[in-house]
Amino acid sequence: MRATTWAGRNKVEVRDVPDPKILNHRDAIVRITSTAICGSDLHLVDGYVPTMQDGDVLGHEFMGEVVEVGPGVDPGRLRAGDRVVVPFPIACGACAACAAELYSCCENSNPNAGIAEKMFGHPVAGIFGYSHLTGGFAGGQAQYARVPFADVGPIKIESDLTDEQVLFLSDILPTGYMGAEMCDIRSSDVVAVWGAGPVGQFAMDSARLLGAAKVIAIDKEPYRLELAEQAGHIPVNFEEVDVRSRLLELTGGRGPDKCIDAVGLEATHGSAHIAAYDRVKQAVRSETERPHALRQAILSCRSGGVVSVIGVYGGLLDKFPAGAWMNRSLTLRTGQCHVQRYMKPLLQRIERGELDPTRIITHTLPLDEAERGFELFKNKQDNCEKVVLKP
Amino acid sequence: MTRSVNRTTGHAGHEEMQRQGRRLGWLSLGLGVAQLTAPHTVRWISGVDDSARSRAVVSVVGVRELVHAAGLLTGRRKGVWAWTRVVGDAMDLTALGMAIAHRGGRRRRLVGVTGAVAGIAAVDLLTAVHATRAEHTSSAPAARSARKGESVELTATTTIRKPAPDVFAFWRDLENLPTFMAHLEQVRRTGDRTSHWSASAPFGKDVEWDAEIAEETPGERIAWRSTGKTAVPNAGTVWFTPAPDGESTEVNVALAYEIPGGAVGKAVAKYFGEEPHQQLDDDLRRLKQVLETGEVVRSDGAPWGKRARKEFPQRPAQPLSDAELEKGADA
Repeated sequence: MRATTWAGRNKVEVRDVPDPKILNHRDAIVRITSTAICGSDLHLVDGYVPTMQDGDVLGHEFMGEVVEVGPGVDPGRLRAGDRVVVPFPIACGACAACAAELYSCCENSNPNAGIAEKMFGHPVAGIFGYSHLTGGFAGGQAQYARVPFADVGPIKIESDLTDEQVLFLSDILPTGYMGAEMCDIRSSDVVAVWGAGPVGQFAMDSARLLGAAKVIAIDKEPYRLELAEQAGHIPVNFEEVDVRSRLLELTGGRGPDKCIDAVGLEATHGSAHIAAYDRVKQAVRSETERPHALRQAILSCRSGGVVSVIGVYGGLLDKFPAGAWMNRSLTLRTGQCHVQRYMKPLLQRIERGELDPTRIITHTLPLDEAERGFELFKNKQDNCEKVVLKP
Repeated sequence: MTRSVNRTTGHAGHEEMQRQGRRLGWLSLGLGVAQLTAPHTVRWISGVDDSARSRAVVSVVGVRELVHAAGLLTGRRKGVWAWTRVVGDAMDLTALGMAIAHRGGRRRRLVGVTGAVAGIAAVDLLTAVHATRAEHTSSAPAARSARKGESVELTATTTIRKPAPDVFAFWRDLENLPTFMAHLEQVRRTGDRTSHWSASAPFGKDVEWDAEIAEETPGERIAWRSTGKTAVPNAGTVWFTPAPDGESTEVNVALAYEIPGGAVGKAVAKYFGEEPHQQLDDDLRRLKQVLETGEVVRSDGAPWGKRARKEFPQRPAQPLSDAELEKGADA
């Protein structure tokens, strides 16, 4: 089959690889009909996530048709022919983490748990196409994928919704939603979201859905801010204005009640010297992150507010404003999304028309053009917001 | 998961020596850099006059300190490098003694510095003597030093979301152990309390032994040990405690192995060598997978279950070819 593979830092190649087979009793094989490139794929391609190997199949946002199930899959739960969206964290459904609905911290799904434990203190779940630290599972930017614990994760789509309407249930829609949910939003809240990429857009939509009075989008790409504005959010371009002053203006001097970091470890910054400081430290590996968005979110947030982090971090960061965090009673909440927890309620919201995930799709390409898709997305060319690939 | 490793011969002393060597290395680096970049300040602090000869001596000593630093910080045999510092100290004390004898000037400062150097010389001498002794009694990295006559003791623990009687029952059927313990090929029941065990490749093929259950408390504890003449005498205890959540079981395991001589000893030492605790930790992770999900989890990068961690760097995270699947089927 054809598959998008990691071929070294800054190199993506669509190659021929063997078709997947059942390895565990509860596996299913899915023929992929739609898949997407995620912002976190860029962290892998840019070389900021360790334990990638040449030939690793990328992709953790995918859906399709079940073509085969292992002998351990309950036919009442899943059978060949079902149309499914697959969540990116692989979860066993039986451990204490899964029982607590902390699916991205599943204790059993990562065969390389020992490595993850060294890096993070405790292991994390397996994830499709997302380095060997998270298990070394082949990803879904391919024609087929093996899905472990197929009776736990995948959600059946039985209505006539299009692929484009439901594909993002696999990651970015629940991720954005969880970012807003962690804010415990009240009707009086002003919510500021750093990053108007796909996850940021969904965090904004979710914040409004959960009742926020005002939602602010912070980015530097005019087309991304425009997309947020079209959806009714207030744009702030950090290259044109001072973010802190603008946020104070927009909130009567209070600062946003809730702040969401939808940027993560490769933040860019309006002032050159701070950007250079983090870039140099990252390049010489004395920090792995450029945490500018997180720093600014913490400093901007109203005292007693919540800073919710859904942008991806992988290692260690410098100049964390612990003083602001502690002295101003801020709550910091975060997590890789526990996608399985949100798929069903969000599917219902899509069916009821409360959320329109298709609004962020700007490019649809055949799988063989994945390389071009990565270029467009990474370099923000051609107003690229989200690339969907068709195998 | 938490674990501990104990060996009957400790290496704490050796590690302390390495640390002390490194500390002296950093001291040398600091002194060397100061003497080369701020020679005037160094001379002033030491109470040495400004003369062509003293300028040259301070620079030469600076270069020497950098050589010490390089040796102590990067060299494996810190003992030898510590002795070079002792020689250097002797030189410095001689030079300072000459300075005190011949120069009038800042005597008090000179005497103070001489006292400090003498103190450092004592530390250097002590370090050198200890490091030399340490090198004689133990070879470098502690992990590779499991040797004949030593015994390896390992402990590990995990929590499994099953009631204690279930976990006990699974373990008590010793024939289940090879499904999750990497070093076991097969365990065969030979009686109610006796069994025959054989090891798999990572532990050294062809190692077999008889074992008996020495003690058991149903639902709580099992202790077993090898019996008769065997190449690798070993014993183990596992105990099961209900976890505070009321539904899970805390599993604690303690294993002990006598490392024999010869090829078998080498294989066993190598198996436990690099990271002894990792093996048992991984065993328990697989036990948890088997009990909670039904089997050992496989990924494309680590498709071979028990052998997963033995093969890092892994194969790429892409599906296996038919040939690979066939080859690995018996793993």
